[in-house]
Amino acid sequence: MQGLIELVQNLGVTADWLAATLAVIVYAVLVFLFLALFALFAVYLERKVSGHIQDRLGPMRVGWHGILQTIADTVKLLTKEDIIPENADRPLFILAPFVLFLGTYLVYAALPFGPNATASNLNIGLFYIIAVSSLVVIGTIMAGYSSNNKWSLYGGMRSAAQIVSYEIPVGLSLLVGVMMASSLNMSAIVINQTTGIGGIGGFLGWNFIQNPFAFIAFVVYLVAGTAEANRTPFDLPESESELVAGAYTEYSGMRWAFFFLAEYANMWIVAVLATVVFLGGWNSPIPGETFVPGWIWLFLKALGVVFIQMWARWTFPRLRVDQLMVTCWKYLTPIAFFNILGVGFWMIFIG
Amino acid sequence: MPDIRTEEMVINMGPQHPSTHGVLRLKLRTDGEIVTHIDPVLGYLHRCFEKHAENLEYPQVVPFVDRCDYLASMNNDHGYAMAVEKFLGIELPERVEYIRVIFAELQRIASHLVALGTFGLDVGAFTPFLYCFREREMILDLFEMTCGARLLYNYIWVGGLSHDIPEGFVEKAYEFLDHFEPKIKEYNDLLSYNKIFIERTADVGTLPADVAISYGATGPVLRASGVDWDLRRDEPYSIYDRFDWDVVVGNDDVGSVGDCWNRYYVRVAEMEESAKIVRQALDQLPVDGDVKEAIPRKIRPDKGDLYFRSENPRGELGFYLVSDGSPKPMRVKMRSPALANLGVIDEIGSGWLIADVVAILGSLDIVLGEIDR
Amino acid sequence: MIKYFTNIKEAIVSNAIGFGVTFRHLFKPSVTLQYPDEKWNLPERSRMRLHMDWEDCIGCQKCARACPVDCIHMTVTKVPRDFDELGKTKNDTQKRLLVEDFYIDLSECMYCSLCVYPCPEDCLYMTREYEFSVYERDDLIADFAPVPEQLMKNAYEAIEEEQRQKEEARRKKKEAAAKKAAAEQAKAKEEPDSKDEE
Repeated sequence: MQGLIELVQNLGVTADWLAATLAVIVYAVLVFLFLALFALFAVYLERKVSGHIQDRLGPMRVGWHGILQTIADTVKLLTKEDIIPENADRPLFILAPFVLFLGTYLVYAALPFGPNATASNLNIGLFYIIAVSSLVVIGTIMAGYSSNNKWSLYGGMRSAAQIVSYEIPVGLSLLVGVMMASSLNMSAIVINQTTGIGGIGGFLGWNFIQNPFAFIAFVVYLVAGTAEANRTPFDLPESESELVAGAYTEYSGMRWAFFFLAEYANMWIVAVLATVVFLGGWNSPIPGETFVPGWIWLFLKALGVVFIQMWARWTFPRLRVDQLMVTCWKYLTPIAFFNILGVGFWMIFIG
Repeated sequence: MPDIRTEEMVINMGPQHPSTHGVLRLKLRTDGEIVTHIDPVLGYLHRCFEKHAENLEYPQVVPFVDRCDYLASMNNDHGYAMAVEKFLGIELPERVEYIRVIFAELQRIASHLVALGTFGLDVGAFTPFLYCFREREMILDLFEMTCGARLLYNYIWVGGLSHDIPEGFVEKAYEFLDHFEPKIKEYNDLLSYNKIFIERTADVGTLPADVAISYGATGPVLRASGVDWDLRRDEPYSIYDRFDWDVVVGNDDVGSVGDCWNRYYVRVAEMEESAKIVRQALDQLPVDGDVKEAIPRKIRPDKGDLYFRSENPRGELGFYLVSDGSPKPMRVKMRSPALANLGVIDEIGSGWLIADVVAILGSLDIVLGEIDR
Repeated sequence: MIKYFTNIKEAIVSNAIGFGVTFRHLFKPSVTLQYPDEKWNLPERSRMRLHMDWEDCIGCQKCARACPVDCIHMTVTKVPRDFDELGKTKNDTQKRLLVEDFYIDLSECMYCSLCVYPCPEDCLYMTREYEFSVYERDDLIADFAPVPEQLMKNAYEAIEEEQRQKEEARRKKKEAAAKKAAAEQAKAKEEPDSKDEE
């Protein structure tokens, strides 16, 4: 962000506050562009991955091997008729996708894209992210309620319960990384992972293999993060075969595309957090190697986690809503607490 | 303080829904999310099969019978052909009987593959559906090679078959069996013993044995409730008594007897048993015999009536024929197994969540073409 | 308590096995056929669009009677016995009936192939053509009787000729009968006359 401010100042804008505001606006637009491009890429990747897992090909006709498929889909969504149900609560109906997207978008203010490429490298970065991402609950409830549709109401309620419950295992497992680095600042957590077992660094420095509790925390985080992003096996709010599209049934065209965009944005957030806290952030797996820039490693590792989320979607059936709650409160939360205890003891006694 | 009034919500799982297998309408009365009563509404696919049959001659009814249960056409043809043959008292050559058994059992495997795939889809597992259809594609290729059609065959005629099996059929059938038997282990790995799937289906929608018998449920639904009854072994028709195979009955290794998991698992195990029967039939297939020699020139049974039942992949398929001496039947009534199986849904579906109703409906394996005829 | 830990263990083990299955499938070749660039080779006995060879049809109407949905329509005219322009079928059967009209409504056909078996000349059969969708429903009525105009004219002329000859014969017979009746009447009239005269 500092670099952006300096760039703007070099262009001739001298007042500090103006330069800062312009830099922020430019950054916000860039993030939005990144989200759009990432969604484009992720949808295509998901369709290809799902196709090859199911012994089929996925999109093949639009562009070479279907690369332009998502663009075609976006054009279709943009040109669709915008239908608002007669008895729907109009202001809430129109606002819901934006509130949902807002909850996800605000996180990008503190999400790192590389070693020095964070908008605001807050000292409480991780804490801010977990807090702000709860705003999506409001968006979902608004969507479900304002649709004036019994099925959407069910879906909205279930989704709200799910997101609120799974915040806890997410927070507790991320706390493991915080404990090992003694700081909530994400750069500090990554720097802490440059040396690890044996002092060599590289792959062996990554948090998730430092001690068995950290590994369990990594698995718990992946499961809870998938639930946060409303993906199968936890996608009850949008389960296609049970409630048609759940909370988002009445949305069509671009409004629905916003929900979709928010889901992929969420997936990316989960992936980047997993990478930063457990997989060594922008450190390269080969010790001492500095040729490849840090952000490429970050992107590759985050894409790997995104791939794991997609892989899980096409493998497992869906959990029922009460089983979802049982998994969260009776299994994941106690395990997460136990992890914190374990990591604490490990750090004190084994070092 | 006024009493809190809770009202029941009536939800319509309408005729068009991704999870009701076909055009079935279910009226659910729910209290919150728990279903208190289910009313199925039928008739959206009624095509007047029985009325048509009154105006057609006996051999012309066979394509119509195909279309009733379109996922198990060969078994439907087989049941009807055997009913009319019993009426006329025809003896069939050995080769015809063996080929009929091979095709009926292959069709049973294909039908169960669809049932498993769509059941997985109902509970949210998208991938087993495509794996099941891949194997089913190979079976349909075998059928297409023999009679030219992939879904509605008109192959098993009264008194014989429409074509003899072509060159290379036996080799391809053995190839298919060798390819298919390891696949069952794959389905078990991916779906049957998966913890999430077990959580979704074990102990859900338990059907006690006496309730099943009183509703007239048959087929895998009855066997999963612990009742050891299979028409192919207990009232053998055709040449089923020459083969060595087991009847699969529900157990309580995972969940309890009569729950959704057992209904699903009985079908998986039945596919293995059918593969065994096909292999034995292919081994024992007589090399010569004319498949068309016993087909009567004109079918004109004596006055009277007859009820004949056979084992469909969904249960007991019955045909009640009434003849008045003319070449056209006076009445053909089809006893549809899926209709009797659907009757239990109110008993076993009440008291569960909506998501469970979807799973229970999927485990009953209904085909609307057969229910509505 | 023990159930708690078995649940966790079962979940992890079964999910890992499931992951393995789908991962293996990621590397298997796909089974998709890219239609319309690649098409499947249908086997010989495929039952797709019907086809009829008009030159071999003898007009016996067995196929129309066998069809369960009555989608075969034909108009058959009898020609005089000495009309020999119809020719023979490929199996050397002399054709005795003129098939003026033969059309099949392919939108009603249910592809059961019950019409193929009774044909004594093997002129009606099912081909492997399955790509015949049209924009208007009436375009699905397939006309299989390309009767040459000259043949129709000659046939109708022959029929008319036969009709005329029959008319002629009947008229002659009537005349002869009338003459005979008149002659008998005249004879009968003469008899009482002669009796009277005596």
